[in-house]
Amino acid sequence: MTAVEVRDDERSAGQPEDEVQHGFIVELPEFSGPLDLLLSLIRDEQVDIYDIPIARIAEQFLARIHGMAIDDAADYLEMAARLLRIKAQMLLPRPEGMEAWEDPRAELVRRLLEYQQVREVVDVLERLGDDRRNRFARSYVQPQVEQIDRDDRPFAATLADLFAAVDRVLRQAKRPLVHDVIPRALDVDGAMKSIRAVMALRARARWGDIVSRDAEPWQILSVLLALLELAKSGELRIVQPKPFASMELSGDTVS
Amino acid sequence: MTPLARLLEAALFASARPIPSDTLSQLDPESTPAAVAAALDEIRERYDNEGHGVELVAVSDGWQILTRPEYTEAIERAQLAARPQRLSGAALETLAIVAYRQPIGRMEIEDIRGVGAGAILKSLQERGLVDVVGRGEGMGRPLLYGTTPLFLEHFALRHLGELPRADELTVALRPALPQAS
Repeated sequence: MTAVEVRDDERSAGQPEDEVQHGFIVELPEFSGPLDLLLSLIRDEQVDIYDIPIARIAEQFLARIHGMAIDDAADYLEMAARLLRIKAQMLLPRPEGMEAWEDPRAELVRRLLEYQQVREVVDVLERLGDDRRNRFARSYVQPQVEQIDRDDRPFAATLADLFAAVDRVLRQAKRPLVHDVIPRALDVDGAMKSIRAVMALRARARWGDIVSRDAEPWQILSVLLALLELAKSGELRIVQPKPFASMELSGDTVS
Repeated sequence: MTPLARLLEAALFASARPIPSDTLSQLDPESTPAAVAAALDEIRERYDNEGHGVELVAVSDGWQILTRPEYTEAIERAQLAARPQRLSGAALETLAIVAYRQPIGRMEIEDIRGVGAGAILKSLQERGLVDVVGRGEGMGRPLLYGTTPLFLEHFALRHLGELPRADELTVALRPALPQAS
């Protein structure tokens, strides 16, 4: 246990950059998690993984994590609690003659075996990674010329970028407003007729004289187009006496 | 060396990353895949038999010229190149799980490792060794992770099949079988 403490000190003194990189992840120098510590105890104690003396291992486990900064070791504590629960379950009297007694350690053993497989793969990866680290590839420095045609490059995004973007957009999106769009044809001819009728009665007119106040947009648009049409054909003149004044319409221009 | 072998050697020398086989075939439009394979063999044999400081290595569906390990220390001492940092045990565990179980979500990884994996996944993703490959069906449609071509490069693997099969791993932890401690 003293050894664990010493190594822990070494780590915090020697590799501060490691802590910065991994944030809140606490790693005892030799253990990458509670399962790793547990496996190491099982090996050290030379016990059969299929018949773990749970009381002894739980006690050892607690002793080992005692030296750790407890606040940061939630995962280790969870495992400690699990071990103690299994220990308690083992003490319960087994129903006699019942075949279906389930060993409370079974789930733990399954996880340990699974984790042990992972550790074996880690050994393989470590060997392969070290071998590759010991060989250098050509270190090619990207020339700056590359940046010139950057705009021509196809848009590049990873699947993760896409998912993140979709999430971001969907979070902001409001419920869609559904409109029913009813098509209404403009009645330019009808508007031309009514303008002609107004102009037949008076020499001058204003916008307000030919469009009623409660006109709907399609009527206003019809009148506007009709006005422009009449002005184009010369039947009507549109004059603005001074800036910002209302337009004046006069029908007496032709002939 | 044949002209094709010389062309491939030049291309391999110029590239910092492994060159995929089909890119090598495109270098000479008239070459056949068989001719390219023969030319690569020729280069490799030359490097091996004539005592070169580099060798031709097959990595991740491609080929790459790498220095031989015996010169690493001298090169590093002269500060011409530096070995990349080693991955932590936690990072290797996470990679191992992703490599064998992909596509896999964060929760599953945490179940197997018994510790949180969020920060490590993020840093592995930043290093380009794993990436999001899809979304799971479960609650909240969790992101699923898989290994990248850079993962193969990092461990000089041609494909994931070069890792030991799950049933080849020795899982027995009985005291009868002494374990390295």
